[in-house]
Amino acid sequence: MWVTLTQIFPYAIAYTIPMLVTSLGGLYSERSGVTNIGLEGLMLVGYFASAITIKLTEATLGINALPLGLLVGVIAGAIFSLLHAFASINLRADQIISGTAINMLAGALTVYLARTISGSGNVRIFMGIVRKNIPFLAKIPILGPLFFSQTYWTTWLCLIIWALSWILLYKTSFGLRLRACGEHPSAVASAGVNVRMMRYFGVTMSGALAGLGGSVILVTYSGEFNGTVAGLGFLSLAALIFGQWKPLGILGATFFFGIATTIANVSQVIPSLNVIPPVIFKVFPYIATLLALVIFSKKSAAPKAVGDPF
Amino acid sequence: MSDKESKEMRSNAFLIAISAVLLGLLAGAILMASIGSNPFTGFWYLFRGGLMNIERIGNTLATATNLMLVGLSVAFAFRTGLFNIGASGQMLVGGLCATLVAHHIFLPRPLYLAVLILSALLGGALWGIIPGFLKAKFNVHEVVATIMMNWIAYWSVYYFVPAYLKGPSLETESASIAITQTLRSPWLTKLFQGSYMNLGFFVAIASVIIIKFILDKTTLGFELKAVGSNRDCAEYAGIKVNKNVILSMMIAGGLAGLAGLTFYTGYSRNMQIGVLPSQGFDGIAVALLGASNPLGVFFSSLFFGILQSGKGFMNAMTKVPPEIADTIIAVIIYFTATSVLFKRIWEALFKKLRRDKRDKKEQAAIDAQTNKEVE
Repeated sequence: MWVTLTQIFPYAIAYTIPMLVTSLGGLYSERSGVTNIGLEGLMLVGYFASAITIKLTEATLGINALPLGLLVGVIAGAIFSLLHAFASINLRADQIISGTAINMLAGALTVYLARTISGSGNVRIFMGIVRKNIPFLAKIPILGPLFFSQTYWTTWLCLIIWALSWILLYKTSFGLRLRACGEHPSAVASAGVNVRMMRYFGVTMSGALAGLGGSVILVTYSGEFNGTVAGLGFLSLAALIFGQWKPLGILGATFFFGIATTIANVSQVIPSLNVIPPVIFKVFPYIATLLALVIFSKKSAAPKAVGDPF
Repeated sequence: MSDKESKEMRSNAFLIAISAVLLGLLAGAILMASIGSNPFTGFWYLFRGGLMNIERIGNTLATATNLMLVGLSVAFAFRTGLFNIGASGQMLVGGLCATLVAHHIFLPRPLYLAVLILSALLGGALWGIIPGFLKAKFNVHEVVATIMMNWIAYWSVYYFVPAYLKGPSLETESASIAITQTLRSPWLTKLFQGSYMNLGFFVAIASVIIIKFILDKTTLGFELKAVGSNRDCAEYAGIKVNKNVILSMMIAGGLAGLAGLTFYTGYSRNMQIGVLPSQGFDGIAVALLGASNPLGVFFSSLFFGILQSGKGFMNAMTKVPPEIADTIIAVIIYFTATSVLFKRIWEALFKKLRRDKRDKKEQAAIDAQTNKEVE
C-alpha cells in the first residue's frame, strides 16, 4: 500500500497543480463578480501559446525556453480573457454565453493555428521540466517521499502563487475591495472604488492563471499540444465550487480530484487499485460537486453578485 | 405587449442575428487572409461543399438535423429562463440508449423505430430531469449542474462503450450498427445519392412543429413562457414554477437525446469515446441565432449545417483548416452575447435617421413658411 502510494503521489500532484492554478484564476474572476465558465478555453490558449513558443525557441534558448513558454502562456491567457471581460463588464453580456463562446473559440482557433503552423493539429516539444528531489526535505520520513521527491519546479511556483493570492485576497484592502465587488458592487462603488477596473483585474487574472495552468500541463506531463485539455478546465470549475470559493477549499478540492483522477488513470496498471471500477473515480468529482451544491444550497458560499452585470 | 412592440422586437432580433453572422463571416475572412488564402475562394468552396450536388445537400441536411434538435433543446429551455448547456451530455446518453437498442432489439421496422426513438428520448430526458430537479428543489444553478452532467455522461460513455459495445478493431469506438438497424433508409439514401441523409430529418421536423405547437397553443407552453419571462409574477399568478422548471429541463433533455439518436444511429453508425459532441455547443449558437423560436431554429440550423458540412470540401480544395467553421460559429455566439453593442449601434443609427427625417420635415415647413411670407 505504502509503495503504491509513493508511486502515485507524484502523479497526483502533477495532475493537481494545473487544476489548482486554474481554479485559483476562477476564484479571482468569480470573487470580483464575473462568472467564468471559459476556464477550459483559457487553459487551452495557454497550452497552445506555450507549446508554439517552446517549439520555436528550444533549439536556440535551450532550457530557458521553458520559463519563456510559461510566460507567453500566461500573457496569451490574459489577453484572450479580455474578450470575456469586455463582453461581460462593458457590454453587460450574458456571461454564460460569453464564456461558452470563449471555450469554443479557443478550441477552434488554437487547432486552426496549430494546423497552419505545424501541418497537423499537434505541436510536440522536445523539452520538459526534469523532476528533482528537494535537498534535505526529501529525506523527511513519510512526508519526504510523498511531497518532496520527484517534484517539478512549476509545482512550487504554483503553490507560491496560491499562497500569495490568499494573502492578496484576504489580508489586503485591495483584496477586500475585490471580494466586495462580487458581493455588493454598488456599495463598493459608493465607497469610491472603480468596480469595472476591479472586475477587469479579476477576469484578467483568471485568464493569466488558466493560461499558466495550460502551460504547466505542457511542460510537465504532456509534452505535446493536442488540441484539448480534456475537461480539466471544467474540473477546475467544479473544484472552485466544491471548494466553496475559498483558497484553502480549492487547494483541498483540486488535490482530492487530482488523486481520484490519478487512481482512475493508473488502476489498470496497479492491481491493488483495480477493485473499484475507474469510472467511479472519474465521475466522482462531478457528483461530489453536485452533492456539495445540494448540501450547501441553504447557505450558498457563492459570491452574491456573481454573474450580475454592473 | 402591443403588436407594434413585438414586431419591433422581432426585427431587432433579426438585425442582431444578421449583424452577428456578418461579423462571424468577417472574422472567418480575416483568418483565411491571415494564413495567405483568398477568403472569397475559401467561402466559395465552403458553401459549394455544403450545396454543390444532391449528395452534399443530403449531408448538409443530415448535419442540420442534429443541430436542429440540439438548437430546439437549448431554445426550449431558454424560453423557460433556463440555460441548457448540457445538451452534449444529453446527446451522449440518448445516443448510448439508442445504440444499445440498435444492437440488441430486433423488431418489425415501424415498431423498432418507435422503440429506438423512445429510448433516446427517455435517455436524454433522464439526463435533463436531474438538473431540473436540482434547480427546482435545491436551487442549484442549472448551468453548473448541466456542466457536471456533461462530464458524468462523458466518462460513463468512456468506460461503458469499450466494456459492453466494443467494436472488433478499435478500442475507442463502439461496434458499427447494422445499416438496417439505423435511421438510414434505402429510398432516402437513393434519393440523395448515398449521402448521410436519414429518417432523423423527419424526427427533427416533427419536433420543430410539436415544440412550436406546445409553446404557442397550449397551457403548458403559456406557463413555461410565463415562468421564463418573470418567475415571481408566474408564481403569484398561481403557476407552479418548480414543476415547470423540471418539465422544461426534461423536455429539453429529451430533444437533445433525440439529437443523440440522429447523430449516433443515423448520421454515424457508432459511438466514439473521449469526445464530448460539439453539436451540444453549436446548438447554443443555433438557438441564439434563431431567437429561441422553433422556426428560427429551423432556419439557423440549416445555415450552420452548411458551414459544418462544407468545411471538409473547403479544406480539400484550399489550404484553410476545417476549424474555420467552428471559429465562425464561436464568433457568432460571442457577438450574439454582446448584442447590446449592436442594439446601441442600430438604435443610434435609427435615431439619427429619424432625426434627419424630422429635421428635413421641419426645414421644409420653415421653407414653406418663408416662401409664404415672401409671397
